[in-house]
Amino acid sequence: MSETALTKLTIADARDALRKGEVSSVELTEACLSAIDAADALGAFVHKTPEIAMDRAKAADARIKAGDAPDMCGIPVGIKDLFCTEGVASQAASKILEGFRPEYESTVSGQLKDAGAVMLGKLNMDEFAMGSSNETSIYGNAVNPWRKGNSDAALTPGGSSGGSASAVAADLCLAATGTDTGGSIRQPAAFTGIVGLKPTYGRCSRWGVVAFASSLDQAGPMTKTVRDAAIMGRAMMGHDPKDSTSANLAVPDFEAMLTGDVRGKVIGIPKEYRMDGMPDEIETLWSEGTAMLKEAGAEIRDITLPHTKYALPAYYVIAPAEASSNLARYDGVRFGYRAKLSQGDGITEMYEKTRAEGFGPEVKRRVMIGTYVLSAGFYDAYYNRARRVRALIARDFETVFADGIDAILTPATPSAAFELGQDVSDPVQMYLNDVFTVTVNLAGLPGIAVPTGMDRTGLPLGLQLIGKPWEEGELLNTAYALEQAAGFVEKPARWW
Amino acid sequence: MSIDIATAAKVAKLARIKVENDDLPALAQEFNAILGFIEQLEEVDVEGVEPMVSVTPMPLPRRKDVVTDGNQPQKVLSNAPDAREGFFSVPKVVE
Repeated sequence: MSETALTKLTIADARDALRKGEVSSVELTEACLSAIDAADALGAFVHKTPEIAMDRAKAADARIKAGDAPDMCGIPVGIKDLFCTEGVASQAASKILEGFRPEYESTVSGQLKDAGAVMLGKLNMDEFAMGSSNETSIYGNAVNPWRKGNSDAALTPGGSSGGSASAVAADLCLAATGTDTGGSIRQPAAFTGIVGLKPTYGRCSRWGVVAFASSLDQAGPMTKTVRDAAIMGRAMMGHDPKDSTSANLAVPDFEAMLTGDVRGKVIGIPKEYRMDGMPDEIETLWSEGTAMLKEAGAEIRDITLPHTKYALPAYYVIAPAEASSNLARYDGVRFGYRAKLSQGDGITEMYEKTRAEGFGPEVKRRVMIGTYVLSAGFYDAYYNRARRVRALIARDFETVFADGIDAILTPATPSAAFELGQDVSDPVQMYLNDVFTVTVNLAGLPGIAVPTGMDRTGLPLGLQLIGKPWEEGELLNTAYALEQAAGFVEKPARWW
Repeated sequence: MSIDIATAAKVAKLARIKVENDDLPALAQEFNAILGFIEQLEEVDVEGVEPMVSVTPMPLPRRKDVVTDGNQPQKVLSNAPDAREGFFSVPKVVE
């Protein structure tokens, strides 16, 4: 196989080829490393780890040869910069974590490592995962490998897992880890024509993942196919005593559950997701997806999730509130950046200068909004009210699932990928990107973005399926049926 | 509710983020845009609804109150911007 053919492999195909001896992990890894070196224009990999990759690839080849290696053994993957990786820069795309090399490995990246997966390097993202376009990163923008028609304008790969999405879509790695607090796996997956799974809150351990909003953050796989999401997702999930919100539940073999049979399943179509001013193409994509599932034998039912409209405003209270608390640890004392101090500066000046210089504008904005909504006199009016609304949003979902809905189909994003460098002077405009995904985080549900079509300029579009808590297997199977019906196989034309 | 420059300065102080005086008016304006968006929540009837604490209805697990980790001061200090004699070092706190 040629090098480009190797990097285009899915996890499932690579796994099978590795076992048949048709390819080695060293060959796969070398192919990915050269693809990465030729793709600096995408800004996807921000810390490359070729030595670690080659060591792990050699070990994986030996393990496969010995027999009984896990599915992820020998598979080259990228790791989002939000995951702490032992001895390797892990700075959440922030200046404030400049030079930070963790002495420990996050549980999720550690599980992948133990399964034999090969880490190629760390991937670009929005600073502290706060953003929807990967434009708040200290490393600079990650760029979408897709372009509009004949235009050479650089498009966003989405955010916050923009580097992960760009790398997987451009075949720099076979798959990547992402994290999703309000849509940060699903929106970039939809913008780049790949699959992104956000598991149920509590499925993947948060230990060692730089915290943004702890009650919403969840790691998940970003892959080329639904089958790959099943394989890699299983390797990332599982109980971890080091995360008090980690669920002590068995993780099933999701891949074995992919039958593509959705006959008799009830798919809900929520009317509140039909937004004013939604582009026709999104509307069409959604009705086509609905028709595909109906054709496959599912029952389609109109449903209502009445509090949908309030999800974004509730999120923009809760997430900044939690962020302001989580990011209090960046004080210039224990790790990362410390500002140069002037004569006579005390500890308060050290904190204030360090945080002013170390955080970017969007992070500062959210920390300060969070500080405000938690401050004396406003706690009830903002924070507690938002948490009450959150309870109502979760209740909306509980109600439809109790009424017999198996999964909910919605658009993944309100548009296709947009151009980098657009006016972002109104932060609220950027927040609207998460309108279809954020409800899922607030309710702690699993959600998956599946590429199902293209817009008229040739950009990929995705649909989102939302499942019942802990039922990732069933959700993946429904996504698999949708993927098969949609038959999305397009790839970006290489320009980088 | 509208945030004035004095409130913006107070929030910045509480968050321990230095903001230059010249930047306060723009900051206050951004806060107001975001808070204006958030204020939609006032339309929702939340009477009798408990604020959600955790999305999964499970009790926090407990374990024995024993030491499970430690004895690695080098590792703890290895990323400190300034560490001396086995301690984190900061500017003088007490006069």
